[in-house]
Amino acid sequence: MSDVILSVNNLITEFSTDEGRVRAVDDVSFSIKEGETLGIVGESGCGKSVTALSIMRLLPQPIGQIMGGEILLEGQNLVDLPLEQMRKIRGARIGMVFQEPMTALNPVHTIGRQLTEVILLHKKISKDKALREGIEMLDKVGIPAPDIRMTEYPHQLSGGMRQRVVIAMALACQPKLLIADEPTTALDVTIQAQILELIKDLQKQMGMSVVLITHDLGVIAETSSSVVVMYAGKVAERGSVYDVFDRPSHPYTKGLLESIPRLDTPPKSKLTIIPGMVPGLLDMPKGCRFENRCPYRKDSCLVAPPAIEAIAKEHDVACYEWQELKRNTVAGGDSANFKLSAVA
Amino acid sequence: MSVVPLQAKSIDPILSVRDLKMHFPVKEGIFMRTGKFNKAVDGINFDIMPGETLGLVGESGCGKSTLGRCIARLYQPTAGEISFEGTDIATLGRKDMMPFRRDIQMIFQDPMESLNSRHTVGQILEEPFQVHNIGDKAYRKKRVVELLDLVGLPARSVTRYPFEFSGGQRQRIGIARSIALNPKLIICDEPVSALDVSIQSQILNLLIDLQKEFKLSYLFIAHDLAVVKHISDRIAIMYLGKIVESGEGESIYRTARHPYTQSLISAIPVPDPHHVAHRQILVGDVPSPINPPSGCTFHTRCPKVMDVCKEKVPVLNGDEQPVSCHLYEQPN
Repeated sequence: MSDVILSVNNLITEFSTDEGRVRAVDDVSFSIKEGETLGIVGESGCGKSVTALSIMRLLPQPIGQIMGGEILLEGQNLVDLPLEQMRKIRGARIGMVFQEPMTALNPVHTIGRQLTEVILLHKKISKDKALREGIEMLDKVGIPAPDIRMTEYPHQLSGGMRQRVVIAMALACQPKLLIADEPTTALDVTIQAQILELIKDLQKQMGMSVVLITHDLGVIAETSSSVVVMYAGKVAERGSVYDVFDRPSHPYTKGLLESIPRLDTPPKSKLTIIPGMVPGLLDMPKGCRFENRCPYRKDSCLVAPPAIEAIAKEHDVACYEWQELKRNTVAGGDSANFKLSAVA
Repeated sequence: MSVVPLQAKSIDPILSVRDLKMHFPVKEGIFMRTGKFNKAVDGINFDIMPGETLGLVGESGCGKSTLGRCIARLYQPTAGEISFEGTDIATLGRKDMMPFRRDIQMIFQDPMESLNSRHTVGQILEEPFQVHNIGDKAYRKKRVVELLDLVGLPARSVTRYPFEFSGGQRQRIGIARSIALNPKLIICDEPVSALDVSIQSQILNLLIDLQKEFKLSYLFIAHDLAVVKHISDRIAIMYLGKIVESGEGESIYRTARHPYTQSLISAIPVPDPHHVAHRQILVGDVPSPINPPSGCTFHTRCPKVMDVCKEKVPVLNGDEQPVSCHLYEQPN
């Protein structure tokens, strides 16, 4: 269980825009072991989806480019793989599930046609056999009457059912790795619970690894064994869920965890907030990217971005002041630091 | 007919809704004949007291937004009574409704869609005063700056356009517009659902502050139970156009009675890796409100379904925490 399936090392992804080059992912590294679930969490624009698209080599062309780093899938570097070969990897060795199942499915083709297309593309089997495999797969993801569903179109299914179809397509060829980009964000909580349970079950059955990208810390805590917290294109903190949730060591992680209303926070109490907002990708601060919102800011933070460093076994943080934060937390001075301030 | 209990019986509620129904006709066939109705809101009763927040929770398609829009009279309800400070506004015409529009305001989920992108923030915030013919130019200008200050935006925002702001700031503009005319009741329809976590808490704090300062009443509509519980005094849970349970936030959360409320609460992912979820996973999807199941509309998904549920419609019953479920019905 300790084999590394995927390791992303110092990944840099840039986009060329009218206003100049924008670095959406900057020096991002993480790795996933076999059978493990890794959560990537962050707010909109933090680069989590671009990281996923970089791994799949599905960046919008020609504006999106991987400018550096490596993406090793079982030791094979995907970054400079010819597209022909990449096509053989997508679907077969890496499956992907997107947020909005309606945009991932083709509205004018039946479920059956779309599902067998994936199977026929990667396996040398007859159409009949592919059809049978497809029905089996739909059954596996909990779709009732799968043989009838095969002849239906995406609009005839509910949101939850569509997401099940997308998962069936992603897993039809038993990939070693599933990348799920906000797979439940568009769904209701009761349906979200169904889908997360389904992914967990299938993962156990098939022994695959999962990269789960979400903005919901609750989903991460429930499904993942390790977590990468991203902020403005960089990794802020990385570690096991226990390390990161119990001992958040980056001011951003700490602020994020404290700012969510929980079912047991007293009603109408003041929520801790992170003042201000994420800087635009075009005018990133020269130093630490969280500097303008950080209660621990020192002058040194403004000079150069902090490197990611190990503060415990498999717990890494990119912050100059993590020791100060730790002292503060131990002293019980929690949350005193984030104060309400007007957004400029 | 049971009603959501009042906290203090001596004070009159600011809003009383009785047996409210909103049925949308569904056109069918080549002649577009109206055959069936989408019963989006189907017999709702509740009260909101001055200064109180009633949270309304439910999954998509349960009718919670339709209910909000009926109360703001963006829709003409099919039947029922909406009594605002004693006056039934459910059937008022355009002209008679005008004075009430000052008192009942609305905040929408997506501020980009609810703010006119061709108007500056100054124009957007001045519009309520123009519509209701309040004050002269100088007064309006002064009020706009005051409003911006109240929601934590700089005065220089006046000349800017909505696209120049982030999602959280746009929601602040939407909030400023809603409080411009000193309303008494604000219907907040998923006001933080489109925002990032770190921005969401800023907006929730702002809404709580404004409520204290101006003694506002809120009808807070959202699908996120944790958010609703945080901001609400009382919570009502909706399923397929009906309230299935209501009560104080804390007691709904701790002692949920309706099986739907119980599964809804258990489905919320808890941001704590030590938390062991005892999950009641509901099977299937929400049925269509055009053709709802017979008896209790939840019986197709209910883990505790009994024979009676398929035939008899349960009624909302109880004083402290009314629930509409056959499990709690007293045998006569």
